[in-house]
Amino acid sequence: MTLKDTQPGMVVRIDALGESALKQRLMTMGLIPGTRVEILNSAPLGDPIAIRLRSYNLAMRRDDAASIQVTQLK
Amino acid sequence: MPAISVALTGNPNTGKSTIFNELTGARQKIGNWPGVTVDKKVGLIEYKGRKISVVDLPGTYSINARSQEEQVVSDYFAENKPDIVVNIIDASNISRNLFLTVQLMENGIPLILNLNMMDEAERHGIKINESKLEEIFGMPVTSTVGRDNKSVKVLLDVFTNTRMANYQPSKIFQEHLDRINQIKASGESQEKIDEEIITARYDFIDKVMNAAVTLNVADKGLTEKLDSYLANGFLALPIMVAMFYLLFQIAFEWVGQPLADLLGAFFEETVAPWAAEVMAAAGVADWMQSLVSDGIIVGVGSVLSFVPLIFTLFLCLSFLDGTGYMARVAFVMDPIMRRVGLTGKGIMPLIMGYGCGVPAIMGARTLDTHKDRMISILITPFLTCSAKVPIIALFAAMFFPDNVANIVFAMYFLGLATAIIMAKVLGETAFKGRESTFLLELPPYRMPDLKTVLLETWEKGKGYLVKAGTIIFAMSVAIWFLSSFNSDGMTDEMSESYLAGIGSATATIFAPQGFDTWEAGAAVVTGVLAKEAVVSTIGILYGADEEAVDTDDAEGTADVLMTTGMATAFTPLSALAFMVFTQLYSPCVTALGTIKKEAQSWKWMAFAFLYTCAVAWVAALLVYQVGRLLGFQ
Repeated sequence: MTLKDTQPGMVVRIDALGESALKQRLMTMGLIPGTRVEILNSAPLGDPIAIRLRSYNLAMRRDDAASIQVTQLK
Repeated sequence: MPAISVALTGNPNTGKSTIFNELTGARQKIGNWPGVTVDKKVGLIEYKGRKISVVDLPGTYSINARSQEEQVVSDYFAENKPDIVVNIIDASNISRNLFLTVQLMENGIPLILNLNMMDEAERHGIKINESKLEEIFGMPVTSTVGRDNKSVKVLLDVFTNTRMANYQPSKIFQEHLDRINQIKASGESQEKIDEEIITARYDFIDKVMNAAVTLNVADKGLTEKLDSYLANGFLALPIMVAMFYLLFQIAFEWVGQPLADLLGAFFEETVAPWAAEVMAAAGVADWMQSLVSDGIIVGVGSVLSFVPLIFTLFLCLSFLDGTGYMARVAFVMDPIMRRVGLTGKGIMPLIMGYGCGVPAIMGARTLDTHKDRMISILITPFLTCSAKVPIIALFAAMFFPDNVANIVFAMYFLGLATAIIMAKVLGETAFKGRESTFLLELPPYRMPDLKTVLLETWEKGKGYLVKAGTIIFAMSVAIWFLSSFNSDGMTDEMSESYLAGIGSATATIFAPQGFDTWEAGAAVVTGVLAKEAVVSTIGILYGADEEAVDTDDAEGTADVLMTTGMATAFTPLSALAFMVFTQLYSPCVTALGTIKKEAQSWKWMAFAFLYTCAVAWVAALLVYQVGRLLGFQ
């Protein structure tokens, strides 16, 4: 599954990042394969989403999250 | 001894500016880095007989030169060798913060690692072994508590006492460097190399975290609890609307506008008569008296009357920004803004545009890309700023007495719709490029540092005063000249002045819109000076007493003007066309001056003037001609 398909409350591990214009920026922000990510909440219209990783919170659009492969941990 | 040069660097939201402000206080200078609209802050301090110069580099997550800020930091280190570089790290978010640290160290930049927000980190169950960190990085490690003055002053001792030469990178960091060099020599594509380097850095960081940092999995913090209301579900929207309503109340009702009115009244009732008296007593020439009273004092008055408003607005916004709430506003609004081709971050400047275009245009500099900034600047003038309200209110009261609320609403809607359409058009023509992205840190909610909020407010307000002020001042004198002179010299009759000539010349282009009187033409021209001037010009030109034209009392003014020639000069349809035109046409000179400053280009300022006028002219034409076809008068 991808990060786009997750629901608030889930905890996932990043497996891989697909090619996208945003890829290196995402990696710089700490989204590296193996990183643990908690899905916090989404904006009123369901997009963007807020996630927590490496002790900080980050917002991104669902379309961009679609390029991130994850495995659900919780 | 020469001054010690210190550079502060770090991620956004680490409290870096607060530390800079604590260190330098008001002894700081703010300029621009060459070629970009990124603030350059430098401060000079003296400590134990040593001069220390401190530069606050813009907050960045890396130095990959992907944004203006990153470019500035990367250029700075390429060109300067400061004695000491302090890397401010948010201790509660150490893992991602160390990315920049590692990247800087790979570039051979000696650092002092300063762990800030240590109190907050402890509350989150994060324990950092400072001596272990010092050992691994081979760099001095210090710690501070964000707003604690004393803890920040400790840094001054570090600046004067630290001998960076005594520190050497550890073996484990040397291994990381070797790995980076291996990756660089691997012969893979540049993209692949960049990605592997990023991964290697986080591998190293994970090692550091294992060795020196203990994380206790804490309960959901206050930030996450607040966000479950403020940035989640449908409650987030009404809360946001209420927040902005409050902000506008403070700026335009409770504090800013009343102060502005007081200042305006002071100029009109005290300064102007006093100056007139002094000059009359001294026997100053008539034209000089008029220049001072009607040109300079009016001009300075109009600059100053914006000041309380701008300062109050900036104060509220700096405060909100300091709490971290602004990031949530961008988060909540992104899906809506995105449909227009903008991003969530762009909502703030636009909302401000409903108060005053000037802070709105200045606010565009916080946006990520050149495209976002320019589009935001160029569509702001279409929004209904507070100075356009009197025009709508007066014309609606005079020509549509039964439909005032509907007409006012329609005008607001027209401005918004035009802004949206033009954002789309500009995004697909002049600023064609890939869709802007939205990747935004949601910093923890914090109590803003008062000193930082005040300094920020002061700096932004001062920037407005100096740069925009000079242009408004020059324009006021120019308008004074045009309205007081004609080819025979000075005249008391405005109807015989150059302005009247320009008014009738201007009016000829409004024949297809049905308002080609020289009075309307002159009002359009003075409206470029300030939108408030439209109502007062038209009132005075149609022969109403100056006292009768009160921009705050549309109904009263309308009653007076109904007895003048204005009632017959406009039909309801041509009045509507006039409203549409003045709603959309050129930003006022203050806003034009701000556009020049923010876009760093006369060309874009000229474009902003011309294209808004063109859009307004066409919109007014459509309203008048289609209205006539439909049988309206």
